[in-house]
Amino acid sequence: MADLTIRNLKKSFEDIDIIKGIDLDIKDHEFVVFVGPSGCGKSTLLRLIAGLEEVTSGSIHLDDRDITDVAPAKRDLAMVFQTYALYPHMTVRKNMSFALELAGVDKAEIDRKVDEAAQILELGHLLDRKPKALSGGQRQRVAIGRSIVRHPKIFLFDEPLSNLDAALRVQMRLELARLHHELKATMIYVTHDQVEAMTLADKVVVLNGGHIEQVGSPLELYHHPVNAFVAGFIGTPKMAFLKGKVKKADRAGVTVQLDCGPEYQLPLDGSRLKAGEPVTFGMRPEHIEVTAADASPFKVTLDVTEHLGADTFCYVKAQNGETLTVRAGGDYGGRFGEQVGLIPDLAHCHLFDEKGRAVPKPGAPAQAA
Amino acid sequence: MSMLTLKQSRRLQTVLIGGLAWLVALAIFFPIFWMILTSFKTEIDAFATPPQLFFTPTLENYVHIDARSDYFHFAWNSVVISFGSTLAGMLLAVPAAYSMAFFETKRTKSTLLWMLSTKMLPPVGVLVPIYLLFKDAGLLDTKTGLVIIYTLINLPIMVWMVYTYFKEIPKDILEAARLDGATPAQEIVRVLLPIGKGGLASTVLLSLILCWNEAFWSLNLTASSAAPLTAMVASYSSPEGLFWAKLSAVSTLACAPILIFGWLSQKQLVRGLSFGAVK
Repeated sequence: MADLTIRNLKKSFEDIDIIKGIDLDIKDHEFVVFVGPSGCGKSTLLRLIAGLEEVTSGSIHLDDRDITDVAPAKRDLAMVFQTYALYPHMTVRKNMSFALELAGVDKAEIDRKVDEAAQILELGHLLDRKPKALSGGQRQRVAIGRSIVRHPKIFLFDEPLSNLDAALRVQMRLELARLHHELKATMIYVTHDQVEAMTLADKVVVLNGGHIEQVGSPLELYHHPVNAFVAGFIGTPKMAFLKGKVKKADRAGVTVQLDCGPEYQLPLDGSRLKAGEPVTFGMRPEHIEVTAADASPFKVTLDVTEHLGADTFCYVKAQNGETLTVRAGGDYGGRFGEQVGLIPDLAHCHLFDEKGRAVPKPGAPAQAA
Repeated sequence: MSMLTLKQSRRLQTVLIGGLAWLVALAIFFPIFWMILTSFKTEIDAFATPPQLFFTPTLENYVHIDARSDYFHFAWNSVVISFGSTLAGMLLAVPAAYSMAFFETKRTKSTLLWMLSTKMLPPVGVLVPIYLLFKDAGLLDTKTGLVIIYTLINLPIMVWMVYTYFKEIPKDILEAARLDGATPAQEIVRVLLPIGKGGLASTVLLSLILCWNEAFWSLNLTASSAAPLTAMVASYSSPEGLFWAKLSAVSTLACAPILIFGWLSQKQLVRGLSFGAVK
């Protein structure tokens, strides 16, 4: 069992509030990812859970045990650091057995556990090397191995892949996902990379400015962001935001007049909106179709197009100067400066009120921010 | 002026810098060289004008010293006091530097500066109070007394040095040890010290050298039983007048152990002292 319960957690450094009251429940066997822009407090939150920083107020419970003020060593957690933090003077085997040695586990048991972890991570042939004789990916694996041997209740990862090159990052990401299934462990993972968050997580926690914006599965965040911040943060390329005004709104739908011209009717619950209220219209690049200029009221000018093979990202400029990105087919042949029309898939478009809160779908339960 | 190729100008630069380095090194070494040379002269040769570079060497000064004073008594005192004070200093400096480097607060920097500022005080300014304290505590002319005073005067430099080395060690490694279950003592002994051993060794070497060469306090606080080599040297600048050759010989004897020691450990010393600077 490893259920982590965080209640009203706050942390300030010399009068600056970093974590501003966080409530979070992490269930046994979950892979939870903290994601957010730099400075959002995600690493601090992880370090508070690890016990490397002192909590200013609030509580952390692991199962039924209050670990708010417990020493890091006694929390039954293991952490993998961004810099790997291997002991440079010890061999790989020593690095992995250090915690067990300190805990007074007997020699045969230590060897068994280290060999087991080395086998899972394919480190067997490196056990007698020192960290400096390893590549980045191997060091990362040793760091993970060091936490595996302890069978902790929760694994903590602090941006573990950010020092690796792109190809290795993808490979290690897959290994981590596999490891999560093999070990059936609870894992908390911090990253600023929303692709890592989307691909690894059972549950993503989006943090911004020291508080939680939204908690949900990757697809929940993608399809039902509760506010403009989450909508803009999740998804690559980013969701396009266009300014507009409410023309008509009721429980069954919202009619929006965009500043750049077109008018759209969205199947959203507009009972909270008033006519004339400024809103932000959001649509993801993949929910927009490019067509001929005279086939749509939404006319734009093509700027740069990026051909990625399977897709083409078109950067376009609306008539009032607003810019957005459109994902077109791989063979799309639009030219720089060409006039084209856009047709958004209205069922997948989002609307945010003046405060950035998402306008809900009809009948959708109101989501807590 | 004719143009030099890049390669030529690089070579010229190397030669010039190399020449300059040799010049400085020779200038620094010359007094030591002259001291050793003089120690093998007769008193008359030592006074000769112009100074003689070539002469008939003699061991009479060394024989004289061996007859007059017990070199090994003083040398042993120097060894005990230097190593004792260095050990005591390290025992205090390591935990102090550990907490300053890894648990930094707003006041850490000013504490460090304040510690260093005590080195700016002229020692003679506190001679009388310290003499009286030592007298009351029965520490005059004891090795313990010198160990205490040397530890205190070298501590700021040792803390500062160790702090600088510790600062270079990533905090993550110690945090990893903490999560692995290490107590603060285990963290220091099993992780921090092995990683920082290069820097610590340099600190130890520097402390040994400073203790060995210290003269002010040893002259003022010892008479005979705890007197180190510096006191022995001083006893040769006597009211009978200056005997340059004998003084040179005794100085050579006093310097020799630490010079040999420094020579043997120079690699470590240079690497340690330039640790922060080169990176």
